[in-house]
Amino acid sequence: MSARLAPKTDAAAAIRLERLQFSWRGGARLLDIDRFVVARGERVFLQGASGSGKSTLLGLLGGVLLPQSGCVAVLGSDLSSLGGAQRDRFRADHIGFVFQQFNLLPFLSVRENVLLPLRFSARRRHAVLRRGEAIAEADRLLRALDLDPARHAHKPVGALSVGQQQRVAAARALIGDPELLIADEPTSALDADARGAFLHLLFDECRRAGATVVFVSHDRGLAPMFDRSLRLADINATLRMGTN
Amino acid sequence: MRVLPLALKSLRNRLGTALLTALTIALSVALVLGVQRIRSEARESFASTVSGTDLIVGARSSPVGLLLYAVFHLGDATNNVSWQSYQDIAASPDVAWAVPISLGDSHRGFRVMGTTADFFAHYRYGARHPLEFSAGKPFDDVYDAVLGAEVAHKLGYALGSEIVLTHGTGRIGSEHKDKPFRVVGILARTGTPVDATVAVGLAGIEAIHVDWQSGAQIPGHTVSADDARRMDLTPKTITAFLLGLKSRIATFGVQRAINDYDAEPLTAILPGVALQQLWGLVGIAENALLLVSGLVVLVGLAGMVTALTTTLGERRREMAILRALGAPPRLVFGLLVLEAGLLTVAGAAGGVLLMYAALAFAQGFVMDAFGLALPLSPPSMLEAALLAAVLLAGLLAGTIPALLAYRRALSDGLSLRI
Repeated sequence: MSARLAPKTDAAAAIRLERLQFSWRGGARLLDIDRFVVARGERVFLQGASGSGKSTLLGLLGGVLLPQSGCVAVLGSDLSSLGGAQRDRFRADHIGFVFQQFNLLPFLSVRENVLLPLRFSARRRHAVLRRGEAIAEADRLLRALDLDPARHAHKPVGALSVGQQQRVAAARALIGDPELLIADEPTSALDADARGAFLHLLFDECRRAGATVVFVSHDRGLAPMFDRSLRLADINATLRMGTN
Repeated sequence: MRVLPLALKSLRNRLGTALLTALTIALSVALVLGVQRIRSEARESFASTVSGTDLIVGARSSPVGLLLYAVFHLGDATNNVSWQSYQDIAASPDVAWAVPISLGDSHRGFRVMGTTADFFAHYRYGARHPLEFSAGKPFDDVYDAVLGAEVAHKLGYALGSEIVLTHGTGRIGSEHKDKPFRVVGILARTGTPVDATVAVGLAGIEAIHVDWQSGAQIPGHTVSADDARRMDLTPKTITAFLLGLKSRIATFGVQRAINDYDAEPLTAILPGVALQQLWGLVGIAENALLLVSGLVVLVGLAGMVTALTTTLGERRREMAILRALGAPPRLVFGLLVLEAGLLTVAGAAGGVLLMYAALAFAQGFVMDAFGLALPLSPPSMLEAALLAAVLLAGLLAGTIPALLAYRRALSDGLSLRI
């Protein structure tokens, strides 16, 4: 589906970084990744301390930032070859994000927040409408993430607990079946029990949709739940030099 | 992409601030519309102080000067017009009617105007409104007087009241005590200088001056009021006169003939033209007023820019969320411009309502106090243009916070940590 947007680099890979180098303007090199590949459907745990370039890496994967050199290919599309508007559309169509907290627009209800990506992506809107009504799908996702739509769908998001808000954010990231889910410390505001429960619900839904998961966190305790786990330092050359 | 529902819901979420901002704009818009409306009505009312009169004739002077003393009763004529010239011109074939005016006396600060009963028949103001009597009738007897609405109201006169005229126009002057006048009519309010005028017959003006010379009564030669009646009370001079022509096409010809009149140097003016010239003089003040109210609108919009810009900090996260969902930076820009636009539209609509509410409230009072009609008419072209300008300015002002948010959206990326 992305073939029309960019030349295919590796159809099998969800993410493929090669000889990627990035530094903020005027700053030292932050990322220097020779090669990093995530297969489709794989669930990867990426561990890194804050300030290690995690957020920058996610910005690169989302196409909000561009590397100075090297290749960022997501789902076979080389993001560097796309224009700004195309990258915005690519992100809307193919990637769901869940952040640490405050993921939701405070002026929209729970259900409106879940439906929000459909406003920006025709592809995801059609994916939902093929199966039925958008509201029904939003409610199904809320239910799958253990939120009763009858009780919560119309609430302002501020009325929910932090854990509930994160589950709403997950439902929003997953609506319309994006191929890639990128989660940035989504559980750090939750207590240990809620953390496990949240991940189980998230994984169930990702498995159903066949989504690839890249999960970034400093909390190594969650690593065993993933197919593969690695440290950002393992792939980022600048960190290896810095820590030695 | 449909940004409108997002903008609406975002504003609803900050309803208090949004309403205050819109109210600020509404007040400023109401002010500028109100000033514009009063300005145009005042101009209208001013320009229609005299209507239906084709020419005003007086001794040779500047057109504005003649207009000022003959119609507005401001200042004094430098010279009079002889009765002979008046009769001569009034008898010319193009003239339909002529109304003489004789000024120079006063009553407790209000000007006294000697004229004929034809004045009430031919004087028109506004959209050719004739004068109406709220009580009584035109003067008939030598010592009858008709009061303007303001005179009767301020001095508390009613029909039958006796008034004494003062020689000259100052508050202190010799009084014509021996020949008091009786109020026989009171005019309805017109919003013109007629309201502040005491109208008497030309014969009355003559009668009180038969035994006067050089501004004082001749000692030992006093003539009683009744004796004066039996004298010839035809005036020798008048101050000015109004002319109505049989055909308006003849106006310029008659004007030229009067300006070239051999027997006496005279000036004939077209009231409409002279009123425009005079308004050009006083118009500077009302333009300044409109300018100031326009600045108030700018202050209102500046308030909106401040309100929107201060929310940007707390809304940084909101913008980053939209970006993560795939919103292009121009959507962030559009969202803020749209919010500014919505606030301005709400403010402008509120301003229009406020203006009409204020008009409805003040209408009666303004009519009573200033004789100025403020009809609740739909917005004029100029008012619509003002509103459009306000909307445009609002959208332009909105680009300031929008540009800030746009630049931030680009540099912040997806980072939600602040």
